[in-house]
Amino acid sequence: MTRKQRRLVLIGGSLGVLIVAVALMLNALRDSIVFFNSPSDVAEKHVPPGTRIRLGGLVKDGSLLRGDNLKVSFVVTDGSRDMHVAYQGVLPDLFREGQGVVAEGTLDASGVFNADTILAKHDETYMPKEVADALKKSGHWQDEYAQRPATPVSRGSSK
Amino acid sequence: MIAELGHYALILALGLALLQGSMPILGTRSDDPALMGMAAPIALAQFAFVAVAFLALAACYVTSDFSVLNVYENSNSTMPLIYRLTSIWGNHEGSMMLWVSILAFFGALVAVFGGNLPVKLKANALAVQAWIAAAFELFILTTSNPFLRIPDAPFEGRDLNPILQDPGLAFHPPLLYLGYVGFSISFSFAIAALIEGRIDAAWARFVRPWVLGAWMCLTLGIAGGSYWAYYELGWGGFWFWDPVENASLMPWLAGTALLHSAVVMEKRGALKVWTILLAILAFSLSLIGTFLVRSGVLTSVHTFANDPRRGIFILAILLVFIGGALALYAWRAPLLKQGGLFAPISREGALVLNNLFLVSACATVFVGTLYPLALEALTGDKISVGPPFFNATFGPLFVPLLLAMPFGPLLGWKRGDVLGAAQRLAAAAMLGAVAVAAAFALQHGGPVLAPFGVGLGIFVMAGALVDLAERTMVLRVPFAAALRRAAGLPRSAWGTAFAHFGIGVSLIGIVVVTAWGSERIASLRPGDSVDIASYRLTFEGLFDRTGSNYRDVAGRFLVRRTTGEIIGTMEPSRRTFPSRNMATTEAALMGRGLSQLYLSLGDQNPDGTTPVRLYFKPLVTMIWLGALFMFVGGALSLSDRRLRIGAPRPAKMRPALQAAE
Repeated sequence: MTRKQRRLVLIGGSLGVLIVAVALMLNALRDSIVFFNSPSDVAEKHVPPGTRIRLGGLVKDGSLLRGDNLKVSFVVTDGSRDMHVAYQGVLPDLFREGQGVVAEGTLDASGVFNADTILAKHDETYMPKEVADALKKSGHWQDEYAQRPATPVSRGSSK
Repeated sequence: MIAELGHYALILALGLALLQGSMPILGTRSDDPALMGMAAPIALAQFAFVAVAFLALAACYVTSDFSVLNVYENSNSTMPLIYRLTSIWGNHEGSMMLWVSILAFFGALVAVFGGNLPVKLKANALAVQAWIAAAFELFILTTSNPFLRIPDAPFEGRDLNPILQDPGLAFHPPLLYLGYVGFSISFSFAIAALIEGRIDAAWARFVRPWVLGAWMCLTLGIAGGSYWAYYELGWGGFWFWDPVENASLMPWLAGTALLHSAVVMEKRGALKVWTILLAILAFSLSLIGTFLVRSGVLTSVHTFANDPRRGIFILAILLVFIGGALALYAWRAPLLKQGGLFAPISREGALVLNNLFLVSACATVFVGTLYPLALEALTGDKISVGPPFFNATFGPLFVPLLLAMPFGPLLGWKRGDVLGAAQRLAAAAMLGAVAVAAAFALQHGGPVLAPFGVGLGIFVMAGALVDLAERTMVLRVPFAAALRRAAGLPRSAWGTAFAHFGIGVSLIGIVVVTAWGSERIASLRPGDSVDIASYRLTFEGLFDRTGSNYRDVAGRFLVRRTTGEIIGTMEPSRRTFPSRNMATTEAALMGRGLSQLYLSLGDQNPDGTTPVRLYFKPLVTMIWLGALFMFVGGALSLSDRRLRIGAPRPAKMRPALQAAE
């Protein structure tokens, strides 16, 4: 093979791999991303049942019900609208009423959100960023949510 | 007093770094050996002062000096000594101190062991190293000073985030940092080569041990982080495609590519410009990793900083170093002499293929990690890119890479014989096929592709063994002769085989646990039993335990085989830390060969039952075992005679030595 041909093979091969990689990415970006929504977003955007979304907000006080077989249901609110969430499994550490939560799953036809994942959080001072933004947007953000223990430097942590 | 000493030492170190960053460069411009010679002693002095600063901070932690804000916020006098030490880097300020300390340490190592480097290359490289150090020292001093005092010293500290109080954390961050910062050396040398406009095989020979060392640490660091997440987060996942994990995976992928392309450059003088680019990319991705993790852009267990000034400062560092390096590359790279021609089917060709796939895989991780950030900045839409994205992109790119991997070492340099290699790999391929068939026969449901994954893993492992067998001719010559040949093999050949073998081991672990792992969730009363795989666990009851700074509510479970034979007990617990009012889940693990039983407790239900999550994780240990193999492979390769730094040179260098493999 001449120098030119060798170079062509190299460049052709590289382009081939790159094209495959880009095609894979575009395809995956179309199919597998999950949008974050607050209960108000769900209502406004008319999210169709069956679409996988993340739902975030505060767990409404007094809404947590535990059923048989580790079934739980609770209400997620952003202050303006509420949404019922059903989940089966062990709730993460520090899942509490009145605190922020992010759930991933799908809406069913009756408007109940069936979560298969409740995102764990590990610090009582932590509010998921998406939840904080959603609350600010709906005008129900209260400064005490951001209040951290009395130290000059604030800190947040967790997954 | 000690804190002030540390603060002062850090300021002096910054001054020295500025000197180290300017004088040698001036020296190389004016060909002044005295100025160039300043680089090494200043690098040592800078390291000394940074070390003083780090030790001062460590002293504050050990003595629980709560008048220092950083100690007050992250430590507690009831914590065991080991956690008081690890909490130095369990927070933003301290972890940046660790970062800079390692950076200065590596700079000092170059200064000490770079004796036989070209003078200009060494001077320039140390200067670049100093710019990085200066940037981060300035960052620490202006935005994240760990030595600040509080006026009224409290009696007790706030404690380290309990989830970080774990032996795993003692090693995970330092190892990751050794990896990240290790790539700064190849970066500095790449920039130095660009400044000088020349590069040769000696460059690759000097840089490769650094890349290898950094890669080894990163491998262990990632594996350690994965194992920590596995047992600490309570649901037995070993990899989440979390942006923070991706941040460490990207430099690893780029570093792996760099490792292989540097071989080509060292042996054949080819791929110079590409290697330089990879060196820049590997460290850039390390910096981006630091930025993603530390700036508060992403919320995760690793996010310490949420002061926007810090984010902007790190962003500026990113722009200057990555932008500057890439601009310099665009300007100077065309000047570097290209060399080495090779056929597409050859060892070089195989390594190029490896680089292509690794870099493409790295690019998909990069897009998946940063796309949500970009989209939110541009449109305000919040999305999450989770495992489905990475499975659909990363997976398909890795499969051909792994299929091709066993061929690489069997191909000759310059011109290879792919058919010959295929013949020699026939046995490995057969084993792989047998494994596929066996997996199909044994499995009880599960993804269709999983048996093929197992087969691929076996093929990769067997391929590594075939490579060794070919080199030692173990089946063709008498055994004693083969042993002699094995002893005479370069250690780097063993290293390659070990590391490639390890990839296969990890792959099998990942495939098997993902496809055939099982999970049970149950609410139990004392006396109840739950079955999983071929085991039966009986809940005997809850009991209390106390530690120095926590309370444990533990459950005791008797583990039997379903045939009735008692194997042991497992004691998972829920741990409460009063100082932070936080609880963590302490899962219990029981190893069964390479598989594990994994048990974690939930909060007690109002009706008195205790929710438990029980997993059977078949072959899960192989995931991390594979990483150990890779580490050992790296270590073997590093100990290769050719790469040993500072090894005395033979009195008479025979030219034949150069050509030998």
